[in-house]
Amino acid sequence: MSGLSPDARAAIRRLAATFPERQSALLGALFVAQEEAGVLYPEVVADVAEVLQMPAAEVAAVASFYHLYRFRPEGRHLIQVCTNVSCMLNGCQAVLTHLQRRLGVGLGETTSDGRFTLKAAECLAACEVAPMMMVGPDRHGPLRVEQLEEILDRYA
Amino acid sequence: MPEPFLLRYIHEPDQGEMDAYLARGGYEGLRRALTMAPEQVVEEVEKSGLRGRGGAGFSTGRKWKFLPRDPAVTKYLVVNADEGEPGTFKDRTLMEGDPHRLIEGMVIASYAIDAHQAFIYLRREFHQARAALERAIAQAYARGYLGRNIGGSGFHLDVIIATGAGAYIAGEETALLESLEGRRAMPRLKPPFYPAVKGLYMQPTALNNVETLCHVAWILARGEAWYRQQGSPILFSVSGHVQRPGVYELPLGTTIRRVIEAAGGLRPGRTFKACFPGGTSSAILPAAYLDTPMDYDLARLDVYGSMLGSAALIVMDDTTCMLEVVARTIEFYRDESCGKCTPCREGTVWLTQVFDRILQGQGRMEDLELLNGIARGMTGTCFCPLGESVPPAIYSTVRFFRDEYEHHIRAASCDVKAAVRV
Repeated sequence: MSGLSPDARAAIRRLAATFPERQSALLGALFVAQEEAGVLYPEVVADVAEVLQMPAAEVAAVASFYHLYRFRPEGRHLIQVCTNVSCMLNGCQAVLTHLQRRLGVGLGETTSDGRFTLKAAECLAACEVAPMMMVGPDRHGPLRVEQLEEILDRYA
Repeated sequence: MPEPFLLRYIHEPDQGEMDAYLARGGYEGLRRALTMAPEQVVEEVEKSGLRGRGGAGFSTGRKWKFLPRDPAVTKYLVVNADEGEPGTFKDRTLMEGDPHRLIEGMVIASYAIDAHQAFIYLRREFHQARAALERAIAQAYARGYLGRNIGGSGFHLDVIIATGAGAYIAGEETALLESLEGRRAMPRLKPPFYPAVKGLYMQPTALNNVETLCHVAWILARGEAWYRQQGSPILFSVSGHVQRPGVYELPLGTTIRRVIEAAGGLRPGRTFKACFPGGTSSAILPAAYLDTPMDYDLARLDVYGSMLGSAALIVMDDTTCMLEVVARTIEFYRDESCGKCTPCREGTVWLTQVFDRILQGQGRMEDLELLNGIARGMTGTCFCPLGESVPPAIYSTVRFFRDEYEHHIRAASCDVKAAVRV
């Protein structure tokens, strides 16, 4: 696995220039890297560290603190089913169980065709449409099990 | 009852566009603020009685007064847009529906505290809000509401959006600053790291919630006297077992019962069992507290550490197993604990173990005292408010729903779930 492209490095430099201190760009830089490489491989982390002039160990330590960085390959579309209280009260478990069965994966797993990764999420601040989930950047809810097939169809 | 204003234009599809915003009176608050001295703006906000809508409820004007006025000292404004308290969704709603209002409030606040750089720390999952804000910010620069010489006043301000990366703890103000500086979101020691004294990059920093700054825009546009006549509105995020979950704008002090009524009441055939009045960090209150006013005044709401918090009212009807709710809540805090302090890191794990045992039918009667004991060990001992958020749900449910706990332990089953099935 190789490191970051010149374009990604330039994007990180531009991001760093918008902040009074370079390190403030780190969270954003890791997303730039992740979007390009798919996964924060050690080579990628090392490149982010080099561009931001930080120790690679520190970059890795920061990345590992946050839920939204990936250290293993995931599917093309991330499904995050909210399982916090408001969604739990409105039946998120049925949604989660159905998706697990339908996709043939457990929580945190990816379908064999690489299309979806399924995760349980904490409150996604959309309790007015509980039970809800996000597929990539899109919110879906209030969910009924019967609708799930149609929603999944929208993601190739 | 006063007309809502915070939510007034939220459903207008073009509200995020500069021209539509201006046509509806947008940026009038900023224009007025720029005719005043910064100290007068602070004074006006303090007189309005506005208290921070992030959960702590501290006077916004007084918070700004803590910052030094010395023009030689660099000051920052940071907006906490990392809305993550379970049950809370009003800030996301405001940013998606009325993004210019937040920008306007930010420019006013920055002018008041003499900041020339302002940051929005936005939750990463808020894709629509980010798009709306980026568009609004670009328009504000193009039309001279951001950048150099705003409105011909000589005041200048740059706004930068930074996103989180998935961490509830980053909503705690000092953890947020750590994250904004590119580190793990671990809270800082207070004192000395009060943001107003040593905030972002160790400079004095005003940290305000999204809704708070939207109030500021309205206060400056209409004046503090008008604002007070509106009864200090607050946005309630109402969810759970109600017919019309959503964001409702009602005066501070509205009772729990009235807020539930505003959200359409309970579902047909169901009765109220309990609620979190202020997000899952507040205590769970039973029906006896339905007529309690939702206010920062703790005189009545402060039952076992209950509070208005972020005004996220989560309603639970008679089909709800209280133990499942509390267990899920503790699991959340366990997973989101940053691990820095022992009571929070260990206490949440121990509590989860006890709940797992009870819910699997292996509870013991002495577990009730054990739960309270662990909760006591976490009260006043945690490094930051995250750990302190856990005990209220334990204390209140062990007190108010003791029968339900005892039934689970004695019968190794849930009588609520059994009743629902019948």
